[in-house]
Amino acid sequence: MALAAPAAQPSGPPLAAPPRETTASWPLADRVGYWLCWATGVGLCLIAGSIVLVMFVKGVSSLRLSLFVQSPAPSLHQSQAGGFLDPIVGTLIVTAIGIAIAAPMGVALATWLSEYRRPAWLARAVESAIEMIAGVPSVVLAIFGLLLFAHGFFGFLSQSASNGTVTGQSFLVAGVIMALLAVPLVAGATGEALAQLPARTREASYALGKTRATTIRRVLLPSILPGIASGVVLGMGRIIGDTAIITILLGATLKNEPVGELPILGTLRGTGSTLTSYVYNNSPAGEGNAPQKAYAAAFVLLMIVLALNALVTRLTGPRARRTDTRPRIWRLLPAGWASWSR
Amino acid sequence: MGVVEPLMPPPVRRIDVDRDPYIAPARQAPNGVALASRPGVETHTSSRVRERMAIESVWLAYGENWVVRDVSLPVRRGEVLALIGASGSGKTTLLRSLNRLTEITAGAGRSGRITLDGQEIHEIEVTELRRRVSMVFQQPNPFPMSIFENVAYALREGPSRRRRARRSQLEGEVRDALRRAGLHDEVADDLDRSALALSGGQQQRLCIARALAAEPEVLLLDEPCSALDPISTAVIEELIVGLRESVAVVIVTHNLQQAQRVADHVAFMHLGELVEYGSSEQIFQTPIQQRTRDYVSGAFG
Amino acid sequence: MPAAAPQYPSTQAAVRTDRRAEHMLGALAVGVLLLIALMLVTVAINAWPSFSANGLSWFGSGGNLVTQFEAMHTNIPLQGHELLYFRAWPLIWGTLLSTVLAVASALVISTLAAIFLTEFAPLSVRRVLEPVIRLLAGVPSVIYGLIGILVIAPWINDHLISNPRKHSVIYVVQLNGADLMTATLILTVMILPIMVAISAGALAAVPSSWREGSAALGVNRWRTIWRVSLRAARPAIAAGVVLATARALGEAIMLAMVSGGSPFAANPLDGLTFLFEPVQPLAATIIKEFGGDTSGAVAHTVYAIAAVLLFSAALLSFAGWAVKQPLKRYGIGV
Repeated sequence: MALAAPAAQPSGPPLAAPPRETTASWPLADRVGYWLCWATGVGLCLIAGSIVLVMFVKGVSSLRLSLFVQSPAPSLHQSQAGGFLDPIVGTLIVTAIGIAIAAPMGVALATWLSEYRRPAWLARAVESAIEMIAGVPSVVLAIFGLLLFAHGFFGFLSQSASNGTVTGQSFLVAGVIMALLAVPLVAGATGEALAQLPARTREASYALGKTRATTIRRVLLPSILPGIASGVVLGMGRIIGDTAIITILLGATLKNEPVGELPILGTLRGTGSTLTSYVYNNSPAGEGNAPQKAYAAAFVLLMIVLALNALVTRLTGPRARRTDTRPRIWRLLPAGWASWSR
Repeated sequence: MGVVEPLMPPPVRRIDVDRDPYIAPARQAPNGVALASRPGVETHTSSRVRERMAIESVWLAYGENWVVRDVSLPVRRGEVLALIGASGSGKTTLLRSLNRLTEITAGAGRSGRITLDGQEIHEIEVTELRRRVSMVFQQPNPFPMSIFENVAYALREGPSRRRRARRSQLEGEVRDALRRAGLHDEVADDLDRSALALSGGQQQRLCIARALAAEPEVLLLDEPCSALDPISTAVIEELIVGLRESVAVVIVTHNLQQAQRVADHVAFMHLGELVEYGSSEQIFQTPIQQRTRDYVSGAFG
Repeated sequence: MPAAAPQYPSTQAAVRTDRRAEHMLGALAVGVLLLIALMLVTVAINAWPSFSANGLSWFGSGGNLVTQFEAMHTNIPLQGHELLYFRAWPLIWGTLLSTVLAVASALVISTLAAIFLTEFAPLSVRRVLEPVIRLLAGVPSVIYGLIGILVIAPWINDHLISNPRKHSVIYVVQLNGADLMTATLILTVMILPIMVAISAGALAAVPSSWREGSAALGVNRWRTIWRVSLRAARPAIAAGVVLATARALGEAIMLAMVSGGSPFAANPLDGLTFLFEPVQPLAATIIKEFGGDTSGAVAHTVYAIAAVLLFSAALLSFAGWAVKQPLKRYGIGV
């Protein structure tokens, strides 16, 4: 019949790939634009490369193992004495506090926005609020923290050792405000992950008679763990990299100075420094003039942040790509980083 | 009924009838016999019908798959050529190769010759070629600009760049194109409206006006009416027939009745091969090939 | 022995748990709103003394900021003025300058980079460029500041600022490479990643029917990008600009390190020297002037500056919402 294809398909004559449109035929103005685009792309790579190169060269040359285990010590020969053990511990403490508060809060908020959303005006308001928090400069958040914790009610969270006045500066305070930095990131990542879950997951659970709370707890959240994890890691990266909150809320003492007698609580209520404020203080902008130590600490800081970024890429990796419907280039921006609400 | 237009183009053509069993000759009909088919169609002798493009033994493939096999066709000014066939017959790919749109897809390969006014199209600079051979797509795709800007787009941005031409300089040509596309009366009052505010049929006519603005020599239409309602379809078919005089029109269509209404010559393709080529009457009323007969009568499609 | 039948809670108890969960989560949501309100109110209240002492001239210019801050630090008011006397115009001018210049440069560069990324870059280059942009986005601002003050500022000082130039302004201010140019340069690099990502996403989302239609009309790739794709991506690019502005406005540490030691209002009438004059944007001022004292004159001035920044952030947040509305219309899901 007419439908049958011819039996033997002869292979055709050799093909020529047709010449593609080249820029040779473009007018000069267009060609200039084309070359500018190339220059920009290459230039960006060069900039990033040189940043890494400078940090590597200067950082590794100043890096000594002893730096990791010694506390900062004042000395005439600034470049030789002391290390950044305390700042590293400080970074860990602040990040831990910040994430411990931000992760549950972010996940809870995103879950409420995704699954409950009643009343509608409240949902819109909360979305705007989260976006606003993401948009407020970290200095202003720091000032807010200062005002909140220095005056009165929350004074017990921090205290100056010398005359008992409340300074509003301590690890606890800094950690709490750092949480505000991380919440939009965690909430954004969780919200996106929840939005990408197919409706049948929820429908299947409801069809079995499960309540919404149970569905969330046992079905939805476990299945978006990679998304939550990526949000948490993003939040950690943001917290670790922030300096403004530390300089204002952590007292900028070289060593971690505990307040009070209790072992752990004392440290938490006391002042100290983190890697970021250590770098700042050792640079010409701070008091110290030990650029070598600043470079060394900055190098460590950069490696930590890059490792976290790589971890996020891994988490939002091949498995996630199948369900991610955003244009591929948008994955440059991790979920929630641009704090777009739906 | 005895009055048959020569099937074969003048002997300059490379369609070798003896070699290719699929095209049945009716070359006994003398040249210059008038075509008296549809009412209102002017009869034309071969001297009035000028060949614009020649497709000679063209093979097209995407990667490993042969999509078009050894097709040879003429495209003449003064007439409408319809490419019909089932899905996957390669007619759209053939159409797109005429203005080198197939190059945009990676992995496309071609063999054979396609010439525009005697010149191989690969030797013509591609933007110039596409100005001379314009295309209208299946889905109307007006740009997010005003009606005027849409039609003036090719004039402003095409190879004969007139970017800084003021509106008054272009207005005449824009209105002319709109008239040829049959849209002028409906939009003349406000050419600065957004093109996206028009109805589907109007948008498609806008696309046709846009394609006509730069005075192309050949107009390619890829199923232009398949997304439109019957009234818009009728309007567009009428203006296609009217365009015959000035441009050569090649139209790909799924709709056999549409092909009957507008086409002068019809080429039936199946699975990439050219099964039969002939005048409209010949294909629809007295098809020679069995496959053509089956397709035209609706046995498959 | 058959396994025991699973014990499901009764329906009523389950519904109660569900409702409790909903209420708790709703309370948390309300709590977030209250937090924002608290932040606005607290900052405003504590900023009030500075604003009320200076009135609208707070935003004006007058006198030397260095002496004004000194007065506040030492608690000795200036001649004929009260303790809270403060004229913030040089700071505001510095903020405006650095932000506007940085955003404008970033707009141009990011558009070119986004076009490159979506249209011209071969796949291998794209696979390098995407991590590069992620890297630039992830570098902490203190590291940008460190490189700025230890590498870029000295280079500019040695190679771009000649001695005659320094002498020409020496009676007013000292040029040492930490200046508007360095600050703008680094700020541009810091806000580039956001804008590139958003612009590239928007360009990639332009319907291919437009691109094909434009090509079929004989328009070359570059003009197609310029006239059609960029036009379609305009709302997204605008949203990117708003986001980048918010980022530039809020950058404190990097600017505190590289923008110069003195709160000086760079004078465009100085010609090219204008680029090499130090500036001190608002956010950087907070870092530099805050000394730990939470209730003195300095503190209230700092709170006032924070209030201005907070208000700007709120404005930009609203602007971002407004700019995103057309995006929803075109369905380009951002």
